[in-house]
Amino acid sequence: MIRVLTRNISRAPGAVWIDAYEANGGYDALKKAVSMAPDDVIKIVKDSRLRGRGGAGFPTGLKWSSVLPLEGSARPRYIACNFDEMEPGTFKDRFLVDGDPHQLVEGMIIAGWSCRADMGYIFIRDEYKITRQILKRAIAEAENKGLLGENILDSGWSYRIFVHASAGRYMAGEETGLINALEGRPAMPRSKPPYPGTSGLWGKPTVVNNVETLSCIPHIVQHGAEWFASLGKAKDAGTKIYGISGNVSRPGCWELPMGSTLHELLDLAGGMRDGFKFRAALPGGASTMFMDALQLDIPLDYDALKDAALMLGTGTAIIVDDRACPVGLLANLAMFYARESCGWCTPCREGLPWVEKLLRAIDDGDGRAGDIELLLDLIKNIGPNTYCALAAGASFPIESGIKMFKSDFEEHIAQGKCPYR
Amino acid sequence: MTKGACRRDFMLTVEECAEIKEELIHSPTPRAACVDALKVVQRHRGWIDDEALGDVAELLGMSSAELDGVATFYNLIFRQPVGEHVILVCDSISCWLVGSESVLSALERRLGIKAGETTADGKFTLLLTVCLGHCDIAPVMMLDGEIIGNLTQEKIDDALKRALSSPVDAENVGEDE
Repeated sequence: MIRVLTRNISRAPGAVWIDAYEANGGYDALKKAVSMAPDDVIKIVKDSRLRGRGGAGFPTGLKWSSVLPLEGSARPRYIACNFDEMEPGTFKDRFLVDGDPHQLVEGMIIAGWSCRADMGYIFIRDEYKITRQILKRAIAEAENKGLLGENILDSGWSYRIFVHASAGRYMAGEETGLINALEGRPAMPRSKPPYPGTSGLWGKPTVVNNVETLSCIPHIVQHGAEWFASLGKAKDAGTKIYGISGNVSRPGCWELPMGSTLHELLDLAGGMRDGFKFRAALPGGASTMFMDALQLDIPLDYDALKDAALMLGTGTAIIVDDRACPVGLLANLAMFYARESCGWCTPCREGLPWVEKLLRAIDDGDGRAGDIELLLDLIKNIGPNTYCALAAGASFPIESGIKMFKSDFEEHIAQGKCPYR
Repeated sequence: MTKGACRRDFMLTVEECAEIKEELIHSPTPRAACVDALKVVQRHRGWIDDEALGDVAELLGMSSAELDGVATFYNLIFRQPVGEHVILVCDSISCWLVGSESVLSALERRLGIKAGETTADGKFTLLLTVCLGHCDIAPVMMLDGEIIGNLTQEKIDDALKRALSSPVDAENVGEDE
């Protein structure tokens, strides 16, 4: 089994701290990076074809190179690590940082060097209290060794990393919502352009990257772009922390080559729990489209899924079993989105609660003829008409779910009750 | 004793003001520390009432309305009284699939309250929350800042008993320092 991001993750005592990390080659990549010109590091990241692991899959090297050039651009400049991880069904970043915090810290320092940043913020959800302690200790360890702080490794460059805990809101995981949250504002989206690389935190150039994305960086710098690109099974590069939850025997996370299949993942999870059959899956957190049993062998990577009108999202799959009522399931998803909508854009703020009400009514046996069409029409008008992508994210599982489970919807409406109860 | 008010016209204590000022030292702007400042007050008082909100706003140079806009936006800042122990039950998809609804009804039965309510003796507040990021051990709840997973009736009873017999660990509930 291939282990890149998880190579240091073990239960051995002290495995998460700096001595163990350095003994296994940790911070060698940083030493290499600071001996190079920042643009050359960015070129390696570009050539590696690393794409953002937070869900959107934006090419990381391109994001880094879109930061305003240092000349003439105001300082300070920031790296913000998105460790909000509030996408339902997603727990991979916690797994990575609990097991190897220095990998993220090193990735963030290299990102800082490459983008000529002065400061880094790790925006972590409040509920990850133990993880936050681990991270703070790792940062202190790196500072004590001169890997972080003033004049890092005698390069003349200074950079600090701060940990900022959120107070809980899904929208804070959206790139510009996160920036607003760090500034002490409600996590509402900003209009783009300008993109954060031009005007982010306090109006200064800012790069926002996901935890897993940044954790890939030391390995890319250390072993090269070609090596990283070759790790993927299909077109996409690298490995991926895939995860699985629902009624499977062993829910959890695994590192696999990018482009592995749900079939492989289900095998690693020991298959379905006794008494449950596989019915469908959301492959990458709640905000993706449903896959059915016939799609289990599609490579889970950005392009292969896109070709099948699906999405990789966060890569942590939610398995739907045959005993779960699909209407209740979609009502549950709609409740999440309606509750967490920040309220900035009318279609999302007003549309999602309406969708939730309709789904609840059908689930409670109060559905009416025409409700399915009304739902699809509503959904169609939410996603494309908002500032941020989270409304579109809400529409993906609901729209694809209504289509995939249409007979269940019809049965609910015809019988005037939920056949699963 | 640091329990006295930190200013004659303030309800915040010397201790609370000192902790808020500590947050301000590390913050690029006073506003950027506002969530941390609210958490300081919440750690001491359990929730943020109007008067405390006004004091924090003044310390940060914000209007009360601006600060309330932030306070009410975030799920984990409480603008209403809560009990001594706060239980957050995940009701998102991964937990729902493996039985979060029966976890909730077990808790409601044991505590004699509905989600969103506080027990008459002020011991427990029961709240629903979004995905807690521990779907590998679903169904999950958070009690006084501690994640408890793979919930069964037995584990729920144990957790409630433990909470009653031990004082709230402020370290765990609030910030790290």
